[in-house]
Amino acid sequence: MSRTKPEPIQVVKERRDAALSALVARVPYISFMGFEFERRGDELTAVMPYRPDLIGNTSLPALHGGALAAFLEVTALITLSWSMVWPKIEAGETVDVLPKFPKTIDLTVDYLRSGLPRDAYARAEITRAGRRYASVQVEAWQDNRARPTVHATGHFLMPDNRTSND
Amino acid sequence: MSADRTEIARQFIAGLPHCDALGMVLTTIGEGEAEIYMPYSEKLVGDPESGVIHGGAVSALMDTCAGAAVMSHPKAGPATATLDLRIDYMRAAKPGATITAHAICYHMTRAVGFVRVSATDGASDVPVAAATGAFAVERGKS
Repeated sequence: MSRTKPEPIQVVKERRDAALSALVARVPYISFMGFEFERRGDELTAVMPYRPDLIGNTSLPALHGGALAAFLEVTALITLSWSMVWPKIEAGETVDVLPKFPKTIDLTVDYLRSGLPRDAYARAEITRAGRRYASVQVEAWQDNRARPTVHATGHFLMPDNRTSND
Repeated sequence: MSADRTEIARQFIAGLPHCDALGMVLTTIGEGEAEIYMPYSEKLVGDPESGVIHGGAVSALMDTCAGAAVMSHPKAGPATATLDLRIDYMRAAKPGATITAHAICYHMTRAVGFVRVSATDGASDVPVAAATGAFAVERGKS
């Protein structure tokens, strides 16, 4: 019995990274806000590098609550989209046609601490991924992972990405 | 609120870096109510295929408007911070349209202001999004 030789790790990584950057690069608002995504295997960590124009309270100073809400929403949407493309990437397909983005139905943001004027990080966890609806928990922190800055729960309408090939 | 105080509030909002980055303009404020608009801009687009503004930008607009309404409440002190904001996205905003948020601080306690906000694009009577929030307040001397 002949075993197929495993793909070189570099090829696998390049395919994964190419799909992730394609997913992120197509949203003008993400580049406007300067959000970045880091990947370890299938796990994504979003980064909101500090910039003075993210400030919403100049006297503290503190990050704008809206910028943090946007950061959480973007993290949830990219994580959901990533979960849709991941099986294809792992099957060795190049993702030429990216899936449509899910649509946010609602987002409940809990502001736990004021956002410090420095970088923020976020990770989303898909609580339930149905064919039509998904529930996502997402949390952002700054210096200390155990002391989250903001937490949110959101509901999303999943896109109908079925094509004739599926 | 007098024209003077509205002008001060308008300058205050315009002076907040993130509000300025998103192009927000405060039009009315006073007695626990505020209205802020945000012109359409290519850089705020969330879906390049449709040109629809990203929900995150609409959230930032509604959060700002809700905070402004709280600050303008007669019983509020000078500072406020969002405790919680729940946003419902009812429909996609019309590409190219200015989005206007209107917020009412409908109840104020010693520590908390309760707010309702809606965002419209002028294309329909149905708002683009609606939100309810609770804001921590620092009470002025009463």
